[in-house]
Amino acid sequence: MNSDRRKILGAAVATAVAGLFGNMGVAQASVEDTEAAIKAFAGDAEIGSGSLTLKAPEIAENGNSVPISVLVDSPMTDDAYVESVVILAEGNPNPAVATFHFSPASGEALASTRMRLAKTQNVIAVAKMSDGSIYSDKRNVKVTIGGCGG
Amino acid sequence: MSKPRVKVPKKAAAGDVITLKTLISHTMESGQRKDKDGAVIPRKIINKFVCEFNGNIVFSCDLDPAIAANPYFEFKAKVNESGTFKFMWTDDDGSVIESEKAIEVA
Amino acid sequence: MNKALITSTMLLTGASLLASLGLQATPVDDALVIDGELEITTQVKAPEGHALKELYSGWRYRTDETRAIEADSFENPGMLGVEQGEEIWNTVEGSEGKSCASCHDDAAVSMKGVGAQYPKWDADGNKPINIELQINKCRVENMGAEAYKFDKGGQKPLTAYIKHQSIGMPVTVDLSQGDMQKWWEAGKETYYLRTGQLNMSCASCHEKNQGKYIRADHLSQGQVNGFPTYRLKQNKLISLHNRFRGCIRDTRAEFPAAFSDTLMGLEVYTTWRGTGLSVETPAVRQ
Repeated sequence: MNSDRRKILGAAVATAVAGLFGNMGVAQASVEDTEAAIKAFAGDAEIGSGSLTLKAPEIAENGNSVPISVLVDSPMTDDAYVESVVILAEGNPNPAVATFHFSPASGEALASTRMRLAKTQNVIAVAKMSDGSIYSDKRNVKVTIGGCGG
Repeated sequence: MSKPRVKVPKKAAAGDVITLKTLISHTMESGQRKDKDGAVIPRKIINKFVCEFNGNIVFSCDLDPAIAANPYFEFKAKVNESGTFKFMWTDDDGSVIESEKAIEVA
Repeated sequence: MNKALITSTMLLTGASLLASLGLQATPVDDALVIDGELEITTQVKAPEGHALKELYSGWRYRTDETRAIEADSFENPGMLGVEQGEEIWNTVEGSEGKSCASCHDDAAVSMKGVGAQYPKWDADGNKPINIELQINKCRVENMGAEAYKFDKGGQKPLTAYIKHQSIGMPVTVDLSQGDMQKWWEAGKETYYLRTGQLNMSCASCHEKNQGKYIRADHLSQGQVNGFPTYRLKQNKLISLHNRFRGCIRDTRAEFPAAFSDTLMGLEVYTTWRGTGLSVETPAVRQ
């Protein structure tokens, strides 16, 4: 009985290794598609870091619903505010996830939602400020595979 | 289909930045799945979400098929006067689901 | 080839891999307080005769993010189903012109505690009855409406709405009524019966290996106190008998029909295995 169990778990874990790192056979957006999307959003502006924080779990329990949030440091006045934040997923069939549009009436440039991730990959957020400056942040999210083929 | 859920504080002080939350029942069919016969299930998602306060847009979002089923949003709004928040979700089929919630600002 | 060596090497690789991902291999030490108000019992001493000493809700095996969703009744998408259930509760159906509310009025009063005590003995049917079948009985006998087919119509949302009225209350099963003890015994037999191509029983995962990982999935005790449960995988409410069937299917076995004697026995037994845990409906799981 014990050895049966060991075999089952061994096989299951082996599949997990393949599942975590193998190609799941999903049509994949290339990293280039993501870069093109960033270019379309940001134009020729230089992309800075800081100011924008993307929050995402290190490990998502299920890729069908992954909580993410963005927070941009900005006074959110008529003179200086965050216009929009685009969310992109490098390893999804299509990199586009969502674009948040803020206004001075937002008070604070914070937004949370739940997204789909086809596999372990980078999630990228790019913010455009009212003065045209651009900021970006990136998180790698590991997407786990359920037990026994489930 | 249940009604959309929206969470708005009943009261706030002028100048407060408040937290708003919304949740709506929708399958967000991505257009990337196939049915049992191998035919692609047509895309049908909420593609736009807008929040207005007293007629002015506070926050909006363009949604792609990578947003999870039953779209959830949390965001902020600065309130200087009493009024009504209006929330609008636009479906791929053109229909718009609306919900309103009043807030008292002192 | 030495199979044992290969599999144990794989296990080792798998274990260190999971460790490197920072996955914990025990239930987390955390308290579930919904909306900062409603305390949920997620750990309790097992009843006498239980193979486990401590019982843990499946909530304790989930990640920070998944646990947070259940801790906020607004963010919990399962509540969309509960609200749908409330509409059904108040909707007139069938030849008698009645809704659930026509007889039972306000569910917050009449159904409080009810969901925590099912399944229970049904003398008319001479077998245990669960909430889903009680709804059907009411629809047919009192409303003149058709019984819901498994997981169809309003069955899941209405069951979730009724069970939600008992949220936070301890799960109890009265085994003294009718032949409940016999059904408990039958359910126990099902629980420990190895089945399918994988030759696994419920106990293989949820008793002997609870707290460990199967692939990247953190194995819980398989408690049923949160059903119908909102599963992130399907992004909808999943009924208990659907989960039973899914679990059995995953062992590569033929699975019994929903509400069959086999699964009703299993519901009696697995509900008893969670005695004292709070009703969490609608729980949120991966």
